[in-house]
Order: sequence, then structure tokens, then C-alpha cells
Amino acid sequence: MIFTWNIPAADGRLASEELLVAFDRGRAVRVLICPAWFDEANRLRRFTIEVMRRLDASGIDGFLPDLPGCNESLAPLENQTLAGWRADMVAAAAAVGATHVLAIRAGALIAPATLPGWHYAAQSGPKLLRGMIRARTIAAREAGMAETSEALMAQGREQGLVLGGWPLGAAMIGELETAEPGLAPGQSDIAQSALGGPGLWLRAEPDESAAQADRLAAIIAEDVGVSEG
Amino acid sequence: MTTLPNIDSAAGDAALDTELKALLADVLGLDPAQASAFGPESGLFGHLPELDSMAVAGLLTEMEDRFGIVIEDDDVDGEMLETFGGLLAFARAKLDPR
Repeated sequence: MIFTWNIPAADGRLASEELLVAFDRGRAVRVLICPAWFDEANRLRRFTIEVMRRLDASGIDGFLPDLPGCNESLAPLENQTLAGWRADMVAAAAAVGATHVLAIRAGALIAPATLPGWHYAAQSGPKLLRGMIRARTIAAREAGMAETSEALMAQGREQGLVLGGWPLGAAMIGELETAEPGLAPGQSDIAQSALGGPGLWLRAEPDESAAQADRLAAIIAEDVGVSEG
Repeated sequence: MTTLPNIDSAAGDAALDTELKALLADVLGLDPAQASAFGPESGLFGHLPELDSMAVAGLLTEMEDRFGIVIEDDDVDGEMLETFGGLLAFARAKLDPR
């Protein structure tokens, strides 16, 4: 279930090896998961794997790669860029022979445009940044320090910024300021309302929902026309 | 997206109260019955250990989305976050700034 995939050296970056959770039985439909980011990745990890289990039971292979700099990755997060992660997801798709992509939340910002698939509750770069900057200003205020969103953003653009414990480089912050998820041909949005419950990324404590995982997997299985078996 | 009825009316006020409770239930993982027990003095930030700065940031960002408001840095203070009543009064003022 746990494999590795390799990112080729490109654009001055070193080649690296990253972990991958896979349900691979060599079936026709092979879904690459572009996971949620940062805090949301933790809160949605269990949900994501549960969706993959259900896809597996429906005859669909699933592949969940680590984003370089996240989860078990040894790469420094502050060196990562949006453009880099986009290229990495293309490399991951090629490495696993993906036929479809399921992008979750900010994962929609890096979904390979060449694959058909789904954006689940897509999150924009500005909204992601806004939430993370706000968490930092609230924590600072509680600690008796005054930090403003504007000053933090200016600092972030210049020299990068640690937000919620995640060190983001200046390039990543600059890219996220204007990053909007866009549907490529063959890709469609799945809104949270389609899953019949509140988004699990909202939860202060990580939680799960079998009903929501059932629903998301069923939408995908229905879309690709794979019957159980 | 939820469209709130005119909050001038008592019915609108009740709708906002219900919406805000539902949002807190989503963040705190409560069922609607538990959330409906929130009163004006129910403690939030600083009272509920799971409601840390990251969760509060998520809560405010979701309020922006669901209520169609913009929350500035300066809006966020201890009073507004400390109790359910404070948060409700803040949301009401944002929706009807008079």
C-alpha cells in the first residue's frame, strides 16, 4: 500500500523520492489524488484514505502522493513552489499511469490539466492564504503582539513566512495570491453540498464521516461507469 | 451559500442565530441539538480547548463565505470571540451596519 515515486530533476531542482499510498490492482481506472494542503491535509487525511478504500471496493485504483515538503517528505517546504508542485503532480500522474485526477480543496490548484476528473470543494490560493494569515494574527494577538495581515503579506512576499507552523517561501506566497482553481476539459466540480454534510476541513479536531466518503466515492464511480466487482 | 432573510425582522434575527449555531456545530463537530444550547454567555475562544487560533480563523473565513461579509483584522478582538453572544452581535452589525 505504501510505495514511493520519483520526481525527476528539472529546472535546477534535485531529483527526489516521495511516498505514495496506493490501492493498485492494475485496473483500468487509476485515480491520482491531489491532496488538500497543510492543516486541511491533516484534517482530511482519514477522509481521503476512506474515499480511496471505497473506490478500491468499486474497482477503481487510487494513488495518494505526498506533496514534496509535506507529510513524510524530506524536502524542505520553504523551497516548494506552486509551479513546482504542479510539475510534481504531472510527474506523479506519469509514474502511476493515472487516468483521472481527484483534487481535494487546494489540491485543485495543482491538478494536472491533461487528466479528466473532479475538483472536490476547490479552494483558491487567496482564500487559503487569508485563513492562514488570520490564524497567525489571532495567535499573535493572544500572545500580546500586534501583527497585521498587510504587514505579514508584505513580509511573506519578500522573504517567506511561517503560517500555522508551515514555512512557506516567498515564491509560493506570491503565486498563491493569484492562484485560482480552473477546470480543465473533462474535469468537473463536486461541491460540499453534494456530500450532504459540513466539510470535514472545518473541524477543529480531525473527524471522519463514512456517509460523506460513501457519497464522494459513489459520485466518482458513477461518473466513470465502473460497476462493483 | 445561504441567503439570509432581512435581518431587520425578528425572524431574520432568529435565522442568523440559527445559522451561526450551525456553523459552530460544523467547526466543533456538535450535533444540531447540542449547538442549539448555545446562549449569549456561552464561552468560545479561550473557553473551548479545541477552538484554537487555526479553528477560529477557519470559523471567521466560513462566516465570510456563508454570510457574504468581509472581516478585517481590526474587527477581530477578544470581546467578539469570547462568547456566542459577542460573535452573534458582531455578525449582526456586519450585516446591518447602522
